[in-house]
Amino acid sequence: MQRRHFLQTGTVLGAAGLVSACATVGGGSGPKVVVIGGGFSGATAAKYIRMWSDKKIQVTLVEPNDYFMSCPISNLVIGGSKTMADITTPYDNLTKRHGVQVVKDYVNSIDADKRVVKLAGGTELSYDRLIVSPGVDFMWETLPGMNKPDAKEQVMHAWKAGAQTLRLRQQLMAMPDGGVFAMTIPLAPYRCPPGPYERACQVAEYFSKAKPKSKVLILDANEDVTSKGALFKKAWTDRYKGIIEYRNKHNVTDVDVATKTLKFEFNDDLKASVLNVIPAMRAGDIALNAGLATANKRWCEVDFLTFESKAAKNVHVLGDSIQIAPGMPKSGHMANQHGKTCAAAVVALLTGSQVNNMPIYNNTCYSFVSSDEVVHVASVHRYDAEKKTMMTVPGSGGLSQAANALEAVYAMAWAQNIWADSLA
Amino acid sequence: MNLKHTLAALTLAALSPLAQAQADPVQVRSWAASCSGCHGTEGRALPGMVSLAGADKDAMVKTMLDFKSGTRPATLMHQLAKGYSDAEITAIAGYFAAQKK
Repeated sequence: MQRRHFLQTGTVLGAAGLVSACATVGGGSGPKVVVIGGGFSGATAAKYIRMWSDKKIQVTLVEPNDYFMSCPISNLVIGGSKTMADITTPYDNLTKRHGVQVVKDYVNSIDADKRVVKLAGGTELSYDRLIVSPGVDFMWETLPGMNKPDAKEQVMHAWKAGAQTLRLRQQLMAMPDGGVFAMTIPLAPYRCPPGPYERACQVAEYFSKAKPKSKVLILDANEDVTSKGALFKKAWTDRYKGIIEYRNKHNVTDVDVATKTLKFEFNDDLKASVLNVIPAMRAGDIALNAGLATANKRWCEVDFLTFESKAAKNVHVLGDSIQIAPGMPKSGHMANQHGKTCAAAVVALLTGSQVNNMPIYNNTCYSFVSSDEVVHVASVHRYDAEKKTMMTVPGSGGLSQAANALEAVYAMAWAQNIWADSLA
Repeated sequence: MNLKHTLAALTLAALSPLAQAQADPVQVRSWAASCSGCHGTEGRALPGMVSLAGADKDAMVKTMLDFKSGTRPATLMHQLAKGYSDAEITAIAGYFAAQKK
């Protein structure tokens, strides 16, 4: 199975709809940095390069979405205790406060030799250093039925916050009581390891209040729950007994959208009322198309001192697109930390000063097991000069002892603060 | 350099990480930025998290060392504090103490 995945990852998918750029770009003096993608890593890098260069480095951020919509907390929108407005942040403070030029467009191509980014709207952006932070895209080639017309409009992944988040919420609200919500989880690594299990809790809480005869079926390709396992299992037993059923080693191989049927590598077919298929993931299309995904043609290998690509000079890759270091999760918090480490390195490289030889940063990840109780996992990561990678610090990090309401307050404060640190 | 000298040099190096940390303010700024995801850019937090900007350096160091030793209860800061050396904590606290509130 692993080998089949490996072979199939080579397929390159085309970009989605195109939006034209209206901004005029250029002018000014000083070194130029272009950032592709305004998520947790890209937006943070753009902001901190401006801050730490005393606005001497010009930064252009290319982002097709009008607003930043946060994946963290988006499961609460699916469960119904938060709204899309709660997880949406505008990009305008990056411009107003920090002078980042934000261009609303898609990237067509990267010419790393000429150091030019070509946008779908026709604009060409030259750069001294490029930051590629497109997040993940899905390996749709592993699920033939999902490539049929309209399939992606009917079966949600909701693994990029936005229209899909809202659509999945609407599907759950429209589902009759007594129905089954079936969610498939891909083999790790994927974006946000505990996210699917949190989502199961959120949907189960909604069912327990609004549709008590309904069920949540978790179909996990992995051997076991990939993050916070004991804490999630306790929540499923204590709070959602008879609602949530967890099945491991269920690797989905196809989806029949018309009959809402899931097909698996080894297990019998399953039908459900609402399907939520979270497909296998890889680095974003832009990174793949630019030849940056050197690890199994799936993830982008980087130098962890600078986040410079191992495949292209003057090109840095951040966030969920990278080949992670040992113990490093694909999380929004970690992406924010990538952004700052890269920002410091880019400023140093463009001003001829020393790059920090000892990055140290941390990960904090909260999961809501209900709308008002939370569990966390935390870790500290430090550069290992011999291994040339980030390693978790022995004896540091850990989990919540049990789900608790105090950490639900901290979790929302974390969200507000990290959105501001990245975007305001 | 003989063994005795090497050991002496190593001991000195072990005793002076603070001097090293203080020698590179840009490095300390990067370390401090790892706190700002929760505690706000340059330590100026939004409500719900503790602001570190302009706080008393010695008090911050004591709080972190108490988290590290377990004498101060916490939900997760005791787990993060254990990932930083005392010298790094002192340097980071110095950075935040120097920021505008």
